[in-house]
Amino acid sequence: MREIRVSEVTNIVKELFLKANYVIGEDVMEKLACMRETEPSPLGRTVLSQILENNRLGAKEELAVCQDTGMSIVFLTIGQEVHFTGGSLEEAVNEGVRQAYTEGYLRKSIVAEPLFERKNTGDNTPCVIHVRLVPGDKVHILAIAKGFGSENMSQLKMLTPSEGIEGVKRFVLKVVEEAGPNPCPPLVVGVGIGGSFELSALMAKRATGLPLTRHNKDSRYRALEEELEKGINALGIGPAGYGGRTTALKVHIITAPTHIAGLPVAVNICCHAARHADDLI
Amino acid sequence: MKKIRLPLDEKTIHELKAGDEVLLTGTVYTARDAAHKRLVALIEKGEPLPIELSGQTIYYVGPAPAKPGYAIGSAGPTSSYRMDIYTPPLLKLGLKGMIGKGRLGPNTMKAMVECGAVYFGAVGGSAVLISKSIKKAEVVAYPDLGAEAIHRFEVEDLPAVVCVDADGRNLYNEGTKLYKQAAL
Ligand code: SF4
Repeated sequence: MREIRVSEVTNIVKELFLKANYVIGEDVMEKLACMRETEPSPLGRTVLSQILENNRLGAKEELAVCQDTGMSIVFLTIGQEVHFTGGSLEEAVNEGVRQAYTEGYLRKSIVAEPLFERKNTGDNTPCVIHVRLVPGDKVHILAIAKGFGSENMSQLKMLTPSEGIEGVKRFVLKVVEEAGPNPCPPLVVGVGIGGSFELSALMAKRATGLPLTRHNKDSRYRALEEELEKGINALGIGPAGYGGRTTALKVHIITAPTHIAGLPVAVNICCHAARHADDLI
Repeated sequence: MKKIRLPLDEKTIHELKAGDEVLLTGTVYTARDAAHKRLVALIEKGEPLPIELSGQTIYYVGPAPAKPGYAIGSAGPTSSYRMDIYTPPLLKLGLKGMIGKGRLGPNTMKAMVECGAVYFGAVGGSAVLISKSIKKAEVVAYPDLGAEAIHRFEVEDLPAVVCVDADGRNLYNEGTKLYKQAAL
């Protein structure tokens, strides 16, 4: 049994959300710069240059790259040998979010209740926590700051098995085409295929937090990722939706076993401000 | 790149064309969902608004808090379509410009043509860069709404693109059509 104090989790969660909001990953910066070279639209190139410059300023001055500093999503992968001490783990994670958002000049965007009053909680809590237990004595923390301009353009569909590969492709392209300029393209498109209704959505969200240099290990799914990227970039939406060929920075697919009667597909759209950071305890 | 003064004058409104790159200088008011809801509720009751909107430009933004020494925190545009149900009555009151990102609904675009107004797109997610062009920021109504309060911004050379012009031409549709390739 390895003991970890929950205050350590608070500190790490705080640091991860600050970093995620101020610093866009090198993988995204490189891809943006690379796609600017091939983007045929002059206006599209201007937009990509503006985004690159913005992200450099954010990192340099420690300012939120986007004013929508998002809903805070935390993936905790916990080794089953770990014992947390010193209080509630859930409260510790929320405390990390609270400290990051109140001390780091990040916007507070969470309302306590969704329908009637919609009153802001004032500190961006509560966050959304997803826990997975695995063998071992380590804890992996992934923090995602998810803006809702792109979250609102995400969709889930329960396809029938007969719709198959073509059905999946059609659905992913339809979601991105309907989203058009709204989710701030170029995008990172997270696709969850299989599992159950909620697992497909969870996989799609997890996929948006993968490095752009990562590809699906199964060559068939990797080929599908690449085909979808080509298909999305042929839609013509372009940077900021002003027209162009740079619409997807990456498509990530995560799959899971599913039921004989089902083919769930979830598409979680993430804007170019792909803000995530992770750490291992 | 055209330099444009805000508030917009009639001549400028009709000269601006979808796709024009502009730098905006002058006064804008911020408002998002919650402030729009209150403004339109007042219009429906026939009561005065807390700000004079006639001739003005609204920027759809909920800024991040300002760090010490900064006029404002990060302040990029939010999605404009969420304001669609509130915008036509504001246009009828004389609103002449909106700054946001993403598509507008058909009713908003129709009202824009009828009333003669321009929709500027700013690049979503370039919130630090845009904040550099905001020289002064002040809350002028609904302080209880926090980031969603109505602010008055004095902006200088705020980079934007005309996305829908007063003739109803739409850059999003035209640009996408231009670069769309045959289906997969
Ligand atoms: S979609 Fe992303 S980049 Fe666009 S405004 Fe929202 S958080 Fe910012």
